[in-house]
Amino acid sequence: MTEKVAIVGVGCTNFRSTTPDLSYRELTYEAATKAYEEAGVEPKDIDSFVSTAEDFFEGYSIADEYCPDQLGAVLKPVNTIAGDFLQSLITAYMQILTGRLNIVAVQAMSKASNMTTLKELELFAFDPVFNRPLAENPHFVAGLEMNRYLYDTKITREQCAKVVVKNKLNALNNPYAGHGAKITVEDVLNSEIVSYPLTRLDISPSSDGAVVMVLASEETAKKLSDKPIWIRGVGWCSDTFSLESRDWAQPISTKIAAEMAYKMAKINDPKREIDLVELSDLFSYKELQHLEALKFCSKGEAGKMVDDGVTEIGGELPVNPSGGSLGVGNLYECSGAQKALEIILQLRGEAGKRQIKNANIGLAHAWRGVPTTTSVIAIFSN
Amino acid sequence: MNNKKYDFKGTPLRGSDIKEKKVLTTSWRPNLQYAWDDGVAIGRYLKELKNGKIIARKCNKCERIMIPPRMFCELCFRATDEWVYVENTGVINTFSISYVHWDAKRIKEGEKPFIPAVIEIDGASEGMGILHVLGEVDPEDVKSGMRVKAVWKSPEERIGAITDIKYFKPI
Repeated sequence: MTEKVAIVGVGCTNFRSTTPDLSYRELTYEAATKAYEEAGVEPKDIDSFVSTAEDFFEGYSIADEYCPDQLGAVLKPVNTIAGDFLQSLITAYMQILTGRLNIVAVQAMSKASNMTTLKELELFAFDPVFNRPLAENPHFVAGLEMNRYLYDTKITREQCAKVVVKNKLNALNNPYAGHGAKITVEDVLNSEIVSYPLTRLDISPSSDGAVVMVLASEETAKKLSDKPIWIRGVGWCSDTFSLESRDWAQPISTKIAAEMAYKMAKINDPKREIDLVELSDLFSYKELQHLEALKFCSKGEAGKMVDDGVTEIGGELPVNPSGGSLGVGNLYECSGAQKALEIILQLRGEAGKRQIKNANIGLAHAWRGVPTTTSVIAIFSN
Repeated sequence: MNNKKYDFKGTPLRGSDIKEKKVLTTSWRPNLQYAWDDGVAIGRYLKELKNGKIIARKCNKCERIMIPPRMFCELCFRATDEWVYVENTGVINTFSISYVHWDAKRIKEGEKPFIPAVIEIDGASEGMGILHVLGEVDPEDVKSGMRVKAVWKSPEERIGAITDIKYFKPI
C-alpha cells in the first residue's frame, strides 16, 4: 500500500472578476487540459475524479451531475464534494491511500460573476428561524467577528489594512491574479464602511476561475513527474453553526485542523519548519486570526508580524505571496485550490517574480466563508 | 411484525391553518438569480436558433457530429473541430405523455397532455438530438421511430432560446 501521495500536475485559468467569453464547462476544460498535459496523462489513465460544487453557487440542483464532461470523467468514477477544493483534495488523497486507485484528478471552479444576487445567496446560508429575519447583509457576521477579535487582541484596524496593502501588492506579481493594486493603509481605512469595523477594501472581491490537479501514488508520481509535490499532512474541522454561541474572537476550527495536520506532518514548530503559507484572507482580519490559529504566533501577536514585515515575500514567513483572496479574488469553493496552487508553484520554484527562496514546505488553508466555521489544511513539501 | 394499532390523539393541521397564522410559522422567499455565461458553443447554438437553424460541432477524432454543440469532445477529451449545420427534421428516440404539470398538479379536464420527446436530428450522429415537445399530434398516434420536423416561431418572435422551436410535429 502506498503511503505517499504527490501532486503531479496542476492547471488553472486566469482568475478574473468576469469571464463572459467562456461557460463554466469551458473554464474547467481549460484547467483540466493543462493539468493533464503537465502530468502527462489522459483521462483514460485517471482512475477517479473528485469535483467540488455547491448547488446554490452553480445555480443547478444536483450540480455534481454536471461535472464529468469537462473533466474527461464521462463513464468513470466521480464524486463531488460540497465544500472547499481542499476537502476534495483530501478526499482524492484518501482514495489513493486505499491502494485501490492510483491516479485521481481534483477540480474546483468559480463563476461568481454569474451569481447576480450574490448577497441574497449568501444570506440563504443563514439559519431561517434565528438569523435571516434580522440579516441585512451577510458581511455583518464578519463585522461582528472582526470587532470582537480587535477588542480581545488590541490588534488595530491599521494592522488589518496592512494585510490588504500587502496582498494586493503581491497580486501585482501574479499573472493569474485579478485584483492586484498598489494602495495605501489610508485607502483601506477611508473606503466605505460596509459593516463596522469592516470597510469595502477589507473584503475580498469575487473572481471567476477554475483549477484542476492530478494526484498520484508514490511510485506513479516518481514516473510521471520530475518535481512531484508531496502531501505531508492534512486536517479539517467544523465548529457549531450557531451565531449565538460560537467563539467570535478565534477560529477554533482552524486551530484544531492545524493540530491534526501538524501531527500528521510531524511538525512541532510551525514558524520554524514551514517556509510559506497561503491562508484564508477572505477578509483582512482573517489573515491575522488564522496566523494565530495556525500557531505561527501567539494570540494577539499577528499584528506585530505584519508591522515587522515578517509576512511579506522577502520576510521570514511569507503569507499569501499569490495575493491571497484579497488580491486574487474570492473564488468561493475554488478558494482553497488557488491557495494550494500557489504553494505547489512555489515549492517547484515556478512562481516567477514572487518566487520565495528555499521554499521546501508550504501550508495551504481554506475557510468556507461567512457564516461557516469549516477550516481545511493541507501541508506540502517538495 | 407488530400489528398493534396505535391511536394517537392529535390536532389535525391543514394548509389553511398555516396561511391564517393559526400556528407559529416563519417563511423566507429566496431571491436567487443567475446569469449563466453561454460560452462559445452554446452561444453560437442559440444565435443559430434565432436564425431558424440548428448547428452542431464535429469532433474529427471520433467523427461524431454533436448537438447541443460543445467546444470539447467529452469522450475524446480534445477540442472539437468544425461547425456543421444539421437538419430541422429527425426521428423520435423516446417520448412520454405527461398528465401532470411541474408542480405535480394533474392537467385539467380537456387540457392536452404534454408530450416530451428526444428527437435524433438528421445530420447529427446517431443518438444525438434535442429534448423538446411534440405538437399537432394525438398522444395515441406517437411512436418511437416516427419522423418529425421542427415548427419554428416567426423570426420576430425568436429570441435565441430552445423555445424558438415551438415543438416538433410528425411529417
